[in-house]
Amino acid sequence: MEPGPDAMDTAYETVETDVLVIGAGGAGLRGAIAAAESGCRVTVICKSLLGKAHTVMAEGGMAAALGNVAGQDSWEAHFADTMKGGKLLNNWRMAEIHAQEAPDRVLELERWGAVFDRTHSGLIHQRPFGAHTYPRLAHIGDRTGLELIRTLQDRLVHRQNVDVHMEVTVARLFASAGRIVGALAYRRADGGLLLYRARAVLLATGGAGRIYRVTSNSWECTGDGTALAYEVGAELQDCEMVQFHPTGMVWPAGVRGILVTEGVRGEGGVLRNKDGERFMERYDPERMELSSRDVVARAINSEVVAGRGTDHGGAYLDISHKSPDYIRRKLPSMYEQFLKLARVDITKGPMEVAPTIHYYMGGVRVDPETGATRVGGLFAAGEVTSGLHGANRLGGNSLTDLLVFGKRVGEAAAAHALQHGKAGAPRSPEVAEAIACLLGPLQRPEGESPYRLQAELQDLCSKYAPIIRDKPGLEEGLSRVADLAERSRTVGTGGPTGRVFNPGWHTAQDLRNMLVNAEALFRSALARKESRGAHTRSDYPNPDPSLATLNYVVSEGTEGMTVQGIGAEPIPDGLVSIINRSYEKYTPEETE
Amino acid sequence: MTVSISPLKLSVFRGEADRGEMVAYSVPVREGMVVLDAVLWAQANLAPDLAVRWNCKAAKCGSCAAEVNGFPRLLCKSPVDDYAGEISVRPMAAFPLIRDLVTDVSWNYEVNKRIPEFTPPEADQHDPEPWRMQQVDVDRVIEFRKCIECFLCQDVCHVLRNHGRTDAYFGPRFMVRMASLEMHPKDGLDRRPLLKGDAGVGFCNITKCCQEVCPEHIHITDNAIIPLKERTADAYFDPIRALTRRLGRRSAG
Repeated sequence: MEPGPDAMDTAYETVETDVLVIGAGGAGLRGAIAAAESGCRVTVICKSLLGKAHTVMAEGGMAAALGNVAGQDSWEAHFADTMKGGKLLNNWRMAEIHAQEAPDRVLELERWGAVFDRTHSGLIHQRPFGAHTYPRLAHIGDRTGLELIRTLQDRLVHRQNVDVHMEVTVARLFASAGRIVGALAYRRADGGLLLYRARAVLLATGGAGRIYRVTSNSWECTGDGTALAYEVGAELQDCEMVQFHPTGMVWPAGVRGILVTEGVRGEGGVLRNKDGERFMERYDPERMELSSRDVVARAINSEVVAGRGTDHGGAYLDISHKSPDYIRRKLPSMYEQFLKLARVDITKGPMEVAPTIHYYMGGVRVDPETGATRVGGLFAAGEVTSGLHGANRLGGNSLTDLLVFGKRVGEAAAAHALQHGKAGAPRSPEVAEAIACLLGPLQRPEGESPYRLQAELQDLCSKYAPIIRDKPGLEEGLSRVADLAERSRTVGTGGPTGRVFNPGWHTAQDLRNMLVNAEALFRSALARKESRGAHTRSDYPNPDPSLATLNYVVSEGTEGMTVQGIGAEPIPDGLVSIINRSYEKYTPEETE
Repeated sequence: MTVSISPLKLSVFRGEADRGEMVAYSVPVREGMVVLDAVLWAQANLAPDLAVRWNCKAAKCGSCAAEVNGFPRLLCKSPVDDYAGEISVRPMAAFPLIRDLVTDVSWNYEVNKRIPEFTPPEADQHDPEPWRMQQVDVDRVIEFRKCIECFLCQDVCHVLRNHGRTDAYFGPRFMVRMASLEMHPKDGLDRRPLLKGDAGVGFCNITKCCQEVCPEHIHITDNAIIPLKERTADAYFDPIRALTRRLGRRSAG
């Protein structure tokens, strides 16, 4: 390896492309394929190695009304479940598009080589999941995300006109006259700088789950895309809506937060408190363990608060009434995960679980049809966006979100690129300023440790924006975020100032983005004075019907971050009646 | 956080290709800690520029492959209490070193581009009905699809590690990849010429080391490489011709 540039070296390489895709999870890969197949030159940047993005961890499956197990399923039923699960805060048009197009996207993925578990008649099998009226999740064991990402990854690298830049992180987006023109990035391997010039940019950077301490999210989920979009003039929305997945591992301490798939409950797992009571009977007797995630997470939290939790502060999740063979076949990675990391054999005894941060319903505000932001040429798809999931996401809707909107937004970005001749050029003072900011920590060997600031941020988000929130806590959190933001202006790398794969430097960059996400979270959570979906306020314990169609929108004003309530477009009558329709109850056959 | 009385002695390779040394760190132990936790603790508290690749910390992404006490493993799937005494962590030896525990694995991604993608036969491509496949047929490839691309099998393969023959053999990971395509119920392409040629399936001498280190417990040699060798032999080795050749040699000699 060549020695990297030194801390002061501001030289950069320039890369020109039609569509720049930032992020290589499901949405980025599907978007890149769509853009490439539309005839554009595409450059995909991934923060990690290709195929390692957070999508790879998705376990349970992808929701689509294929009707292979329950013939009575329909896009209407899927749409109604999604809207009700999101407490009607969803962008109805996104939910409609998603429910209608998800089956085609799943079948298309199969035609590209993805392998799914099968029904007896040989069709794609579908498993039941929380708050889905019918068994709807196409899956392969409990590794569906891996299957999705590997299929798309392989499809992508065999397309023409596609370059993949691995382990490259974007530090800044540039716009000129209201249009996106490019991005500044650094390469982890040698610390070299890259200036991308593009005619369209597709943001697919995922969520910001790492601003919390106990999280199911990967290293790279630091909310980069939301922060980049915000800084270049786009709007964010619903940032108060952070999903706690009901079942993360709690014990041992070292594995706290690692996800336990909802597939365990889908396959018949039951939740009990320390007294052996199946407590979901008291919270949702109709749907029990397969209630929506916000309800189950709050239920477990309530049991623990009431002193009925397990020794390590969780609940028991038990699937051991199923045969060992069945468990190992349907939940192979859960079996392995508990055996190896907790020394628990889930075919013989229960798992201990508690809520863990899982998903950002909020994010960049986009046009429902095309994923366009209010910055010309800047598009977004997947978890980085907001709208589809409203106040609470249903399990399985994320993977089909990536496919449905990845394709649409990739096509829209390509169309934009093809319509707009040559890529504009970022203004050089802006580039120089962004480079100075990026190299800053390397020039401050005595600066504060980015690891310490990051840990403080994670602790304060966990403490002041927990599953149940209130005004004093949120205000305290916001003021502490401001303090941290101030300290972060002089953050160092922890000491060493080399450019070659220096994680201290990388952490300082991530911190910047995490702080923007945290501020948006606290400000939006203070603004929403009600409890709805994932956002629960002990000082406003009930939903306020007047806020049902109000989105809190975050944007950068002259005085810093502003939050504004903006009314959503009313749901058309035809769709209202689809939501209110009564759907035939499904009685499962014994599947084992 | 539970801190045990005796801290862990962790020794980590620090350095770049031409120079480097093992550096010892003393790390407090907590319940359920894995080696990755220990490395990250050292990074956050003692060695801010300690380079290590990681992502999911749940054994699903395959980023944190390294050699723990000489054995290729995922750092996130190696509980500290599996080891008595000091733990040493070194980068994978088969790939060029970038820094500390991070190696340049880009060769693997180049290899994948050379394997023709999934290609169903014409009739299936244009079939307007959803495909039907039986679970038993799917089960055959599910094992191969479990691969998380940690490249530990590549790291331990003699052909790549000891003989450096990246020019001649794609390695166990890509034998698994090709098996997953060749045995896919709906794939119609014949990759046997590639297997015999550039992919170099013949280079594997079935020591099964790759199989032993696979964190996903894929039977790489038994279920992927040996069947691929058999398929290739079926296509290129004609026993009658071989026999006549041998008889011909004998009568000539």
